[in-house]
Amino acid sequence: MNGSSAQKRQVYMDHAATTPTHPDVLAAMLPYFTQEFGNPSSLYSIGRRVRKAVEGAREQVAAALGAAPAEIFFCAGGTEADNWALKGAVSAHRSRGSHIITTAIEHHAVLHTCEYLETQGVRVTYLPVDRYGLVDPHAVEDAICDDTIMISVMMANNEAGTIEPVGAIGTIAREHGILFHTDAVQAIGHLPIDVEAMHIDLLSLSAHKFHGPKGIGALYVRDGVAIERFVHGGAQEKRRRAGTEYTPGIIGLGAAIERACTDIEGHAARLRRLRDRLIDGVLREVPHSALNGHPELRLPGNASMSFAGIDGEALLLMLDAQGIYGSTGSACSSASGEPSHVLTAMGVPPRLAGTSLRLTLGEVNTDEDVDYVLAVLPGIVERLRAMSPLSA
Amino acid sequence: MYNETVMDHFTNPRNVGVLEDADVVAETSSPGCGDITKIYLKIRDNRIVDVKFQTLGCAAAIASSSMATELVKGKTLEEAWTLTRTDVADALGGLPEPKLHCSVLAEDAIRTAINQYRIDRGLAPW
Repeated sequence: MNGSSAQKRQVYMDHAATTPTHPDVLAAMLPYFTQEFGNPSSLYSIGRRVRKAVEGAREQVAAALGAAPAEIFFCAGGTEADNWALKGAVSAHRSRGSHIITTAIEHHAVLHTCEYLETQGVRVTYLPVDRYGLVDPHAVEDAICDDTIMISVMMANNEAGTIEPVGAIGTIAREHGILFHTDAVQAIGHLPIDVEAMHIDLLSLSAHKFHGPKGIGALYVRDGVAIERFVHGGAQEKRRRAGTEYTPGIIGLGAAIERACTDIEGHAARLRRLRDRLIDGVLREVPHSALNGHPELRLPGNASMSFAGIDGEALLLMLDAQGIYGSTGSACSSASGEPSHVLTAMGVPPRLAGTSLRLTLGEVNTDEDVDYVLAVLPGIVERLRAMSPLSA
Repeated sequence: MYNETVMDHFTNPRNVGVLEDADVVAETSSPGCGDITKIYLKIRDNRIVDVKFQTLGCAAAIASSSMATELVKGKTLEEAWTLTRTDVADALGGLPEPKLHCSVLAEDAIRTAINQYRIDRGLAPW
């Protein structure tokens, strides 16, 4: 940290927020802006070529999930996919019941949609989690009522990084004949996914979390699962999601997901090693620091930690001044000023939740990045604690 | 989100630390976000001749404490009493709307300290 060269180092460790579009992904997208610009619904050759490319991307997404291409529906991203899954399934299955089971730690795209559905007469059960952020499959089963139409549990949590027992929950849902949706936005490329083995009926994903572009995502809808259309208009996406396709984005999503899912285990093993060095180093160097989430059942790149006696936002901005980019709680939470609903649900007291720092590693991070964070972070925590009235 | 003045007072806070020979010390906390600010005042002839603060809080809370201590340093107690959160936020060139409440702590702590000083001397609090 001595000298200007060290201070110019940039260490991006907020990959759970977003990732840079990979140059290969961008290169795959670029022709579809200016040369292959045709509307895939057009009958002439330039439209047909783009149609073929869009369908190729659909196959790439399907392959990453163990799904059939006809089960993949492109949309604007994870938030739209979550909105569509919940609202669309409730609309289509209202005659069967009006009860949804979800968890207290879902992303706001799910939670706020559920709160909206409650205003429309839907009953929602928000299951608690344990101190590691884990949902208990037995609690899911116990919450099932005669009129339960859907269970929605995220595959891995965006803040604490906890990996949920989605396979077990999917099995329960299937046994009871209830739809199972999972928000897999954080999981793609980090965890192997098989919608058949995991009994998943609906799955949300977003390209920009795995080095694809922003503004494009997909909803997997199991063949035979009824879901009301979300955007009304033209006949795109088999009349289920109207609007001219964002073709460069779709091509980018396809290229990015194929890349991300080519060697998940190798990628995850590399991230886990860096992450564990980071976590072990921070917990060793910083007194009164603690890991948030599960020690093993966590996303390979996620290092979420709390530092008693300081404020997470102050820590984030001090790190920013040294070129280290992380987040506190989740980016959405820091804007609202509320303590993280995820950490609070895990039983972390609100004040301690406000001290949390989430560093999420990605493929660009190196051992040198970890070394740099370990060189800078303890001093910043110490400095902030020295400013605090609790220090004296 | 924060302007340069706020970031300057956050990364290089003025008057941060403990005033060993303070005449009065006061601490206030925000029930909402859990931020805490402690103010140390050294007072001579009814005038604040030295001031220090300690804050546990976000960048806005730390910058507000820094600016508030700058604004009251050298002022009479009457002048310091009139300091408002708006004065602090204005001197910082503005704070984001969700962070305006963070500037309250410094004002509260200074007023609490001044009243404690008056009570200690058998005077009625303002």
